[in-house]
Amino acid sequence: MSQFTVQEHNPHVFEKGAASHRNPLIYSRWPLFIARAITLAGFVLTILAGLFGSVVGSQNFAIIFVWIAWWTALKLLFIPLGGRSWCAVCPIPMPGEWISQGGIFPGGKKIGLGRKWPKQLTLGKLGVLNLHGTWLQSAGFLMIGLFSAVTLTTPALTGWVLLGIIVLSFGLSLVFEKRAFCNHLCPIGGFTGLYAQAAPVEIRVKDRAVCAAHTEKTCYQNCPWGVYVTALQDNGPCGMCMECIRVCPHDNVSINLREFGKDFIESRKSSRLDEAFLALVMLGCVMAFSAVFLGPWGELRRAAYQVGSANWMVYAAGFLLFAGLLIPGLYALLLRLGGPVEKFGKSMARFSRPLLPLGLAAWIAFTISFAFAKLSYVLPVLSDPFGRGWDLFGTAGVVWSPDVSIISPILQAAVLLGGLLWMGQAARRDADTARRALFIQIYGLMITIAMLFLLVG
Amino acid sequence: MLSKQKLFPWIFLFAALLIVFAPLPIQAQPVERTVRIEAGDYAFSPAVIHANPGDRVTIELVSKDVVHGLTIDGYPDINLQAEPGKTARTTFVANRAGTFKIRCSVACGSLHPFMTGKISIGPNLLLYRAGGLALLVLISGAVYSSRKQKAAQ
Repeated sequence: MSQFTVQEHNPHVFEKGAASHRNPLIYSRWPLFIARAITLAGFVLTILAGLFGSVVGSQNFAIIFVWIAWWTALKLLFIPLGGRSWCAVCPIPMPGEWISQGGIFPGGKKIGLGRKWPKQLTLGKLGVLNLHGTWLQSAGFLMIGLFSAVTLTTPALTGWVLLGIIVLSFGLSLVFEKRAFCNHLCPIGGFTGLYAQAAPVEIRVKDRAVCAAHTEKTCYQNCPWGVYVTALQDNGPCGMCMECIRVCPHDNVSINLREFGKDFIESRKSSRLDEAFLALVMLGCVMAFSAVFLGPWGELRRAAYQVGSANWMVYAAGFLLFAGLLIPGLYALLLRLGGPVEKFGKSMARFSRPLLPLGLAAWIAFTISFAFAKLSYVLPVLSDPFGRGWDLFGTAGVVWSPDVSIISPILQAAVLLGGLLWMGQAARRDADTARRALFIQIYGLMITIAMLFLLVG
Repeated sequence: MLSKQKLFPWIFLFAALLIVFAPLPIQAQPVERTVRIEAGDYAFSPAVIHANPGDRVTIELVSKDVVHGLTIDGYPDINLQAEPGKTARTTFVANRAGTFKIRCSVACGSLHPFMTGKISIGPNLLLYRAGGLALLVLISGAVYSSRKQKAAQ
């Protein structure tokens, strides 16, 4: 019999049984540690391959595994099926976490200053920089966009970027409590947190009354992300590490299966402007990436690649204006056309939820368009990660390039249309009037048509 | 007899099926066509070429800098390689309709993986049909929400 038992009142809840029958995959810390150790080894290999391997991107493990294999898996598997499950096994915060908690598992002598992440940074006359929420993650993603053509094609730069990220994460964990880098800076964390709300799994408390009566809040004290699971309104902040399940003395936290995209449709108490902006930036970025990397416009691609040149400056200005201003501005305009709005920021935040299925669909379609064509590079670099003529597993010469010329565009179109349909459902639910719902859907239609043109046009 | 409320989903389903499966007339007669494509600086020029289904297409690939290749998704037999200053040539019958990516098949530098163009053989029916469906999604959504609002009032 399975170590999961099914509750009668909720058939989707995996509940732990008696202590002796606890599922070790959830209740032991070792499986997650082993998974993270494997990803850490892969991460180190990626950095080494990037720094010391072939300069030809298609022959280098760093380029193929980071920008094709991992990036594809993140968008097609990890996020849609497991929410922030990648964050649970991500190696980047590991070294810092080990040092700050005084061992590979919590409970050791803590090292570091353990300061709280500041709410804002005062820049003198320039004003105040908001450090909370996802503002910095939006900025980080825009930075990725600015330099993506070089990073995606230059193994050494990929290696340096990854090395820089892990050093930064390590440094921050010595100064700040919890996962400061993941929570506030990691652009991929912002991306996964946004679209993790689609996932058909969630970690939630079973009975809030039990939590209310529990004064120690062991789940919150032990959560590496600083999340209070009782207060979770959606999957966004939860790193899926399951530490809250392990430490709850009342067995009051469980991992549940649920409807796909539940958080997109269910209304919640509060919406935030920073999340709305992140969702809009993601839409702008996926359109810009589609144009740069998949479009037939060689001049655009060259401009994106020649960092520092006059052409690149024009590209950078255009990219930032498009993703950071035009796409959010268009949404604001259509919201306004949909009827009177409260304060600008409040309205953007209030009606941001429909952007999520639209964005997720756009990213999945974008991924499908390049992944099938490029996956043939994966097996060869597995055997020859440094591009030095090795054949470690006998796959260096494997040529696997299936003909997906018919099915791939159809899939992309179907995913985009599915996203639009799903967005409509969310819009009708969130909008205060039918007119507003219509204008939100007009925005979705414009984005969908643009993506169709870029991907299958 | 179906009520109006029950009729609408069927109307939209019928419209969707019509958009997806309705045959569109393709009137152009097949012709002989020669296209000269210059490859250089990680781009094809012209980057977009058009042909009609059944056309006999000759592609002349000329490289302007390093060795470049040319393959077309959906046409696995086509694989050209052009050395700088030399012309590589191939002829094929455009018997598969659709829009296909043209790719460089020789590692030519940093941006090689993204050196692409496209060939449209016949009208891009997938784009038109998908665009039509997207519009239908919008219309059905608008009808649904206005009926819902009326019902609430």
